[in-house]
Parts: sequence; C-alpha cells; structure tokens
Amino acid sequence: MVRERRSGLLMNCKEAIRLMSEEMDRDLAGSDRFALRLHKLICVGCRNYHKQLTFLRQACQQPLAADDITPPPPI
Amino acid sequence: MPPAAAGIAAELTGFRREMLRFAVLQLRDQASAEDAVQEAMLAALQGADRFGERAKLRTWVFSILKNKIVDIIRRRIREPSYQEPEEEIDESDFDPLFTANGHWQRDARPADWGDPEKCFENQRFWAVFDSCLNHLPAATARVFMMREMLGLETGEICEELSMSSNNCWVILHRARMGLRLCLEQKWFANGDRAC
Repeated sequence: MVRERRSGLLMNCKEAIRLMSEEMDRDLAGSDRFALRLHKLICVGCRNYHKQLTFLRQACQQPLAADDITPPPPI
Repeated sequence: MPPAAAGIAAELTGFRREMLRFAVLQLRDQASAEDAVQEAMLAALQGADRFGERAKLRTWVFSILKNKIVDIIRRRIREPSYQEPEEEIDESDFDPLFTANGHWQRDARPADWGDPEKCFENQRFWAVFDSCLNHLPAATARVFMMREMLGLETGEICEELSMSSNNCWVILHRARMGLRLCLEQKWFANGDRAC
C-alpha cells in the first residue's frame, strides 16, 4: 500500500503513532520499524504514547491475566 | 451435586462479577452478557472433575466465556439488521492534537503516566477505564475488544466482520487514540496517577 511518508527520517508524530498501533497487530516492514525507532529516540511524546499503548493492552487483559489475584467477593 | 462440583460452583461464583463486567463491556447488553456468563459457568461446571486447581479453573472459565462472546457477536452480525462497521471515528477528530506538519501540539503531547500498572488495584480507575471504553462508538469498540480482550488476530476479526485488514488496522488505531486520550484527560491529568 502506498503511504504518504516521504522518508524515514522525516516521519512525523501522526505517522509514528499510526505505525505504533499497527505494530501491535502485525509485523512492520524493516524500514518502517527502523524509522519508528529513530522517531521515538527523538520524540518524548511518542515514547510516552508507546508506553500508553502497551499499558492499554495490559489493562484489557487484566481479567484474563489475574490468575494470581484473589477476586473481590461477589456483591 | 458431588462435593467436587459444589466446590467448583463456589469458586465460579467468585468469578461471576468479573465475568459479567468482561461480557457487558463487549456486548453492551446486560441480558446477553448474563446469558453468556451463565452458559460459561454451566459449561465449566459440567467439566468440573477435570479441574483441581483454582487458577486453571479461572483461566478455563474465561476462555469458555470468550468463545460464548464470539458466538454472540457472530450471531449478531448475521442478523438482517446488521450493518458493516463504518469508520465511526474520523481521523480528523484528532487534528487539534497536532500541528500542521503532524507533530504533537505542545499541550497535547502524551504525558508520562508513571507506573500506571499500580492503577490495576484501584476500583476508581476501573470505573474510568470502563467508561472510556463505553464512550467508544459501538463498531469501533467491537473491533478493539475483539482484538484486545478476546485476543483474536486481526485476520480472524476481518473474517468475522467481513472487513479488510487495512480497515481493521485503521479502526484499531483510532480506538487506541480515543481510549488513551480519554484516560489521559479523565484520569491521569487529574493528579490520580499515583493511584
């Protein structure tokens, strides 16, 4: 698929967060992965965004992952 | 009821509230959620003699519940009134967060949430989290939860919902943008981030 991006180094935040989301669902092409890593190195907002996405996934899986947690008593 | 089954029944009752939350979030309908939970508990009870460990019972009953939820979604999308999910969140909804060249506006730059995992033990956090999920438009939320709560691969979601992979990724991206923005505004920006 043709993307708007001009080159890896010029990736903007909008493009970076779209790729971050896709990376959670599929393998990115090597060039995209590299450009994304570069972008995150220089962009604190996108680094935070990435951590937030990871947290969202964790939060959604909480009820399934909580085997070691005693569930609260039923009401 | 044999003693083993009675014990399992008691254990299952302890999971009921969480199972119900899980099902209601995804089905957005109390009655079908109750049905799914009851069926899952019954199925677990019928296989009770195979389970000695509580941890495994929990994992098992949730996996049964996931299948029940997928069944219900499958039935819903085969109803004549079903319409293929549209892109309910427009990408341009998020434009105010960005400068003209696509970088974060200074005041919209995603914040450091610290150690947000600590929030998992905070009931008020879950109330905000659930309300943010409930604010996502229905079809967007369905795709997002099929991916993140039911753990389906995007390929499976596309097949179930007859949509293209690209459409699926676009919807997931917008769902995540919406959800993290909601959490940042409703929870993490309110000084609650220490949990």
